[in-house]
Amino acid sequence: MRPFTTHTGIAAPLDLANVDTDMIIPKQFLKSIKRTGFGKNLFDELRYEDEGQPDQECTGRPLRKDFVLNQDRYQGTSVLLARSNFGCGSSREHAPWALDDFGIRSVIAPSFADIFYNNCFKNGLLPIVLKEEEVDQLFEEVEANEGYELTVDLENQTVKTPSGTEFSFDVDAFRKHCLLNGLDDIGLTLQQADAIHAYEEKRIQTAPWLFEARAL
Amino acid sequence: MAKTLYDKLWDSHLVQQRDDGSALIYIDLQLLHEVTSPQAFEGLRLHGRKPWRLTSSLATPDHNVPTTVEERKSGVNGIADPVSKIQVTTLDDNCDEFGITEFKMTDIRQGIVHVVGPEQGATIPGMTVVCGDSHTSTHGAFGALAHGIGTSEVEHVLATQCLVQKKMRNMLVRVDGELSPYVTAKDVVLAIIGEIGTAGGTGYAIEFGGSAIASLSMEGRMTVCNMAIEAGARVGLIAVDQTTIDYVKDRPYAPKGAHWDMAVEAWKDLVSDKDAEFDEVVVLNAADIKPQVTWGTSPEMVIAIDQDIPRPEDQADAVTRDGYARAWKYMGLEGKKTLADITLDRVFIGSCTNSRIEDLRAAAEVVKGRKVADTLKQAIVVPGSGLVKEQAEKEGLDKIFTEAGLEWREPGCSMCLAMNADKLGHGEHCASTSNRNFEGRQGFGGRTHLVSPAMAAAAAIAGHFVDVNELVKH
Repeated sequence: MRPFTTHTGIAAPLDLANVDTDMIIPKQFLKSIKRTGFGKNLFDELRYEDEGQPDQECTGRPLRKDFVLNQDRYQGTSVLLARSNFGCGSSREHAPWALDDFGIRSVIAPSFADIFYNNCFKNGLLPIVLKEEEVDQLFEEVEANEGYELTVDLENQTVKTPSGTEFSFDVDAFRKHCLLNGLDDIGLTLQQADAIHAYEEKRIQTAPWLFEARAL
Repeated sequence: MAKTLYDKLWDSHLVQQRDDGSALIYIDLQLLHEVTSPQAFEGLRLHGRKPWRLTSSLATPDHNVPTTVEERKSGVNGIADPVSKIQVTTLDDNCDEFGITEFKMTDIRQGIVHVVGPEQGATIPGMTVVCGDSHTSTHGAFGALAHGIGTSEVEHVLATQCLVQKKMRNMLVRVDGELSPYVTAKDVVLAIIGEIGTAGGTGYAIEFGGSAIASLSMEGRMTVCNMAIEAGARVGLIAVDQTTIDYVKDRPYAPKGAHWDMAVEAWKDLVSDKDAEFDEVVVLNAADIKPQVTWGTSPEMVIAIDQDIPRPEDQADAVTRDGYARAWKYMGLEGKKTLADITLDRVFIGSCTNSRIEDLRAAAEVVKGRKVADTLKQAIVVPGSGLVKEQAEKEGLDKIFTEAGLEWREPGCSMCLAMNADKLGHGEHCASTSNRNFEGRQGFGGRTHLVSPAMAAAAAIAGHFVDVNELVKH
């Protein structure tokens, strides 16, 4: 996995609560068996006027002018500002894959849905929870200032605005460690193989029916 | 110390607790389907890894499969959409390569993973169950710790039999008293979501309790736990009782003989201790719950059938007002006052929420001897599995549906998320027994209204929403 340490980039405000994963990447694009190539269909229904099809070339499709990421001033966005409960709904990891493929490195919101939040960390994408009033302030500033950039510093757990204001955020120590170092957590877990075997040996004594070769 | 059911399940699956609060949790069963598994299998191949324990996985294709009899005749080769076909073929190939049991498209046991697992007795009490699908919360109805995961975690569980987790908080949602006639599990869970909101359960494992929950069948309990995720909770749970044990007994993959007796004895402890403490308790009165219908684009935008559709301008909170205004526009509600004012185009009875035999019986009872409204373009019934379909046909439910003018289909996820050919046209309104009314969920520009099977059936007859209690009087 690509490590995440610090990142500075253009921020864009997506002023909508409860953005669900169907919005982030609609179902017709989930038919792919790859992890890449979802960026052109990120927010497909918010972004284009027409209905997108898998494997379709998207450059000539009519754009929705009112959608924030279509506006000139937000081209090259890599930090997405969002509202509460971002990423609710389906568990599709295609949602962080699409954000990543589009070039988003960090999403900042007052709250996230659990599964989406977790999926981000598996893909080098940093979801940041800030207080409601802090997010409000960032929305106001980004809308008022063209070319507004934010600096996200995972090591120090801060988001820094162009005027130097810093907001701090929480992140689990283990997730932070994996993301900073770009660690493959399957490899880490496999280092604990002895503990897993020990658990299985103990469990098979107390709940043998869970280990029957039930022709499954 | 007194423990909740969630605490007990967590403790019995703890492989390793770490100082930073994260833990390694053992997974007993992983269900796999074609949409969220290909990249996980690819990951195994890239790293030269093998599944840790083959007997812990069960696969079936469900999201992409077509549901017309014609397309299903020749199995995977009958899938007209080439992209869908590749995905289903990839699941078949991966399961063959890695030695994982799969109920392929032509197997009568094929169906929606969350219907198939319990039906086969693969899901049993006291387990941990995961699947790359958020509706895995369904299996919590059995007193199992079950939740949806992303594809990276699907790969992680395949390779290590474990997940890295942080313990959630405990929430109890108690529904006391007796439900009114034609008020079902679906109405109960929609009412709960209306009460706590789509983010109300975020970070929690929700245990559903109270006499109204205890009175539900296993099918009803699965419906309730299925939609825990629509309240933001990855996990929904219901305590084990005799209803649970009776359902599991003698299912193909359920424990047998001495192991069965041992298991039943152990399962009796799968309840929250009397003085267990919950971080949050929500109480609803069953008698207050009426048939529910969603009017907007989030499951929390739900009202009882006799209520007026809430207007954006009446909302005090600015974010809610904007959200309501957007939903009103998307749903085309201008000029509408009540749910009955909405003319329906399609009706969908199916999905992992409501496609089990009891759901089909409830819908059939309502449409029996009646005809679907002329104004409808289509009404389809999609059973949750080949075995549900077979059982329904034994009971003559298929005839009741087709005589009333509904289409009787082959099992799969179908119009719940429209990955196959079953979808809504732009601007069409659908009475749907599924779980999500998000923008575009059932088709580009489609307008979904979530309801129970009985309410969907009543809507199919009337051509608009109506209290099923009123319809059956006539």
